[in-house]
Amino acid sequence: MGRYVIRRLLQMIPVFIGATFLIFLMVYALGDPVAALFGDRGPDPATAAALRAEFNLDKPVWQQYVLYMGKIFTGDFGTAFNGEPVIDLMGRAFPISARLMLVALIFEVIIGITLGVITGLRRGRSLDTSVLVLTLVVIAIPTFVLGTTLQYFLGVEFGWIDPAVGPEGRIDELIVPGMILALVSLAYVTRLTRTSVAENIRADYIRTAVAKGLPRRRVTVRHLLRNSLIPVVTYLGADIGNLMAGAIVTERIFNIQGVGYQLFQGILRQNSPTVVGFVVVLVLIFLLANLLVDLLYAVLDPRIRYA
Amino acid sequence: MPGSIRLRSVLVGATAVALVATGCGGGDSGGDGGGSGVIRASWGDPQHPLEPANTNEVQGGKVLDMIFRGLKRYNPETGEAEDMMAESIETEDQRNFTVTIKDGWQFQDGTPVTADSYVDAWNYGAHLDNAQVASYFFQFIEGYDEVHPEEEGAEATADTLSGLEVTGEHTFEVRLSEPFALWPETLGYAAYAPLPQAFFEDHDAWLAKPVGNGPYQIDSYQRSQRMNLVRYDDYSGPDDARNDGVELRVYTDNNTAYTDLQAGNLDLIDDVPASQLKNARSDLGDRYINQPAGIIQTVSFPLYDDAWSGDDGVKLRQGLSMAINREEITQRIFQDTRTPASDFTSPVLGDAGGFQEGLCGEVCEYHPDRAKELIDEAGGLPGGRVTLSSNVDTGSHRQWLDAVCNSVNNALESENACTVNPVPTFADFRNQISNREMTGMFRTGWQMDYPLIQNFLQPLYYTDASSNDGGYSSEEFDALVDEANSADNEDDSVSLFQDAEQVLVDDLPAIPLWYQNGTAGYSERLRDVRLNPFSVPVFTDITVG
Repeated sequence: MGRYVIRRLLQMIPVFIGATFLIFLMVYALGDPVAALFGDRGPDPATAAALRAEFNLDKPVWQQYVLYMGKIFTGDFGTAFNGEPVIDLMGRAFPISARLMLVALIFEVIIGITLGVITGLRRGRSLDTSVLVLTLVVIAIPTFVLGTTLQYFLGVEFGWIDPAVGPEGRIDELIVPGMILALVSLAYVTRLTRTSVAENIRADYIRTAVAKGLPRRRVTVRHLLRNSLIPVVTYLGADIGNLMAGAIVTERIFNIQGVGYQLFQGILRQNSPTVVGFVVVLVLIFLLANLLVDLLYAVLDPRIRYA
Repeated sequence: MPGSIRLRSVLVGATAVALVATGCGGGDSGGDGGGSGVIRASWGDPQHPLEPANTNEVQGGKVLDMIFRGLKRYNPETGEAEDMMAESIETEDQRNFTVTIKDGWQFQDGTPVTADSYVDAWNYGAHLDNAQVASYFFQFIEGYDEVHPEEEGAEATADTLSGLEVTGEHTFEVRLSEPFALWPETLGYAAYAPLPQAFFEDHDAWLAKPVGNGPYQIDSYQRSQRMNLVRYDDYSGPDDARNDGVELRVYTDNNTAYTDLQAGNLDLIDDVPASQLKNARSDLGDRYINQPAGIIQTVSFPLYDDAWSGDDGVKLRQGLSMAINREEITQRIFQDTRTPASDFTSPVLGDAGGFQEGLCGEVCEYHPDRAKELIDEAGGLPGGRVTLSSNVDTGSHRQWLDAVCNSVNNALESENACTVNPVPTFADFRNQISNREMTGMFRTGWQMDYPLIQNFLQPLYYTDASSNDGGYSSEEFDALVDEANSADNEDDSVSLFQDAEQVLVDDLPAIPLWYQNGTAGYSERLRDVRLNPFSVPVFTDITVG
């Protein structure tokens, strides 16, 4: 197990370098960001050159990359155009997005898996059909439609919530946005669990467990659910990264100043330190979440062993 | 949110029930500033650190306008430059100016505002090493070439502007590199603000919490999140704040700000989202403001390209201009938040300032038949077709680009005469323009720096001027601008600029499209809300309650 973890951690290094370099290239390929700093006015060459030098934009891209990576290992993620260190931006944005992700994840796990198990056990009945239709509807409606509609009714018409989340991003303010963010994934979790449960319920070990006279609850939770969760956990693991980064739409609607917002600003203003810095951290989160998922496999199914 | 009106009427009953049930309206549930005399206003993250000479966009400018007062200030109503900190600005030759500032003003850290505060700030703003994006404001002052050489890679050969000299605690002399009659009128711009010693001593600390000499002072500032400003009680100017302060909240999307305004969590938005323009009147009634701003949108041509130069080029441009149905586009797409343009300036200048409605004549009107004739006379469009380029990442550019091209295609009775060339980002678009890579029409918007006719003409159309994106060059135009700048008084100067503008109408280096309005909406808590010519709310005048 220990060796497996170390091997996986070492494998992360090339993935990490490759991913960051690609991002670096992509931001670079968008063109020279300095011109946009001057608005509709043509920049004067001397000031533009001074700004390019300040952000290392005058050097070839590989050299920028090396310089950038060199600094990252000392904890210096560069400076955003508004003069603020990117590390400060991250220090503010990541906790908020992490909270939002947690809220979303809790919704997904609790509601998604519960619904999945219930429908899986009652396949073909009316409850199953209605949940299936409901998940289909949720998947089909774009997040921004659901988000703005709910925001309008809950925030303006009923006045139950504030339409915009404050800069601190308190957890109670994040419940509705978290739910919106969770909805699409929640529908997938439900469907995955349902299929998996429906498949496993006919397995031999379930028949054995029932034949042994085990209580129904124990059969469902210990035998059925545990074995059915592997695909769900895989999905949830991959989803953590998506929730962190993919919250751009939700964060915009509810004015949450998290990762999605900072990434969006960074891309719009072509600020490579911001974009690359955030993506670097997101890549790390993604990799670690996947490692966690792989390790969970062994817990869920002892037949899976890591040497 | 399309369709929200209908949904709303269906839900009126349900809402009433819900309101009774929850025992509260959609009102003041969360705002920490609510209840007191503090205005809660929407804000956007400034693009640059907040310092006077490094700010060239509206969001940063909004704050500078609250915490700083310079020598002049533009009247929020008329746009006229009026003395603020200036006691007098005197000149005999339109080139050497003696500036005397008022006594008794102080910065919010208690230090007095002196002539040094101005001269040091201007020297800082002009110097190349400080890489200030608005340093070009100091280009008229003698010695700018030495502290800020234009060429890439060049280094400054002087530390201070030779044209600036402090002659007393409250007086200083300014020598310009050439005569500029309207120069004192430019001094209302934020880049010319004075700076306290603290700015130079601990720059980072100052940036974290800027200190100025204006009617508001910054109480707390969390970058990219919010800023709390309170009334500065020892303010020496005549325009004291009539409220307790302003809380600026950063909104990532102005749709959310609009929703927050509707929910009663916000008092003021100064940019109504395009998608809500249709509903704003019915949602807000009198609390919706739609008034002219100092912004003009034009379409420029690559005059450096042979296909667009010469006499045929003029006919082509005139023809294309007449093929655009400005009335219809401003009504349908912009919900009357744009006004068809008929000159090269802006209505905010007023007649005295040089605005001349209808100057452009029939060239800027919709005459599809004449358009086709003119273009045929010129031998048709170069290569039989033309592209219209613009960035499409912000604003609702894509919509009007399509509309303009459709209008041209209809006039020319050809489906592919005009096609839109969308450029993904603003930076990319500006790069293509700077590198002179344009082959067809392209969008050129201009937001004035100061409400002067000079600002709408010289930076845009003078030979090799900083924003002369089309590469236009006319000896006649240049000569008239020079003459206007050295005129003895402002009236003559304005009238000479209008003569220069007439040259533009004849040559048509760019097609005026429309003047842009500022839009705003506010809550029932506020009174006396209006926008200045820069479409920024006049915060000091607003009363709460």
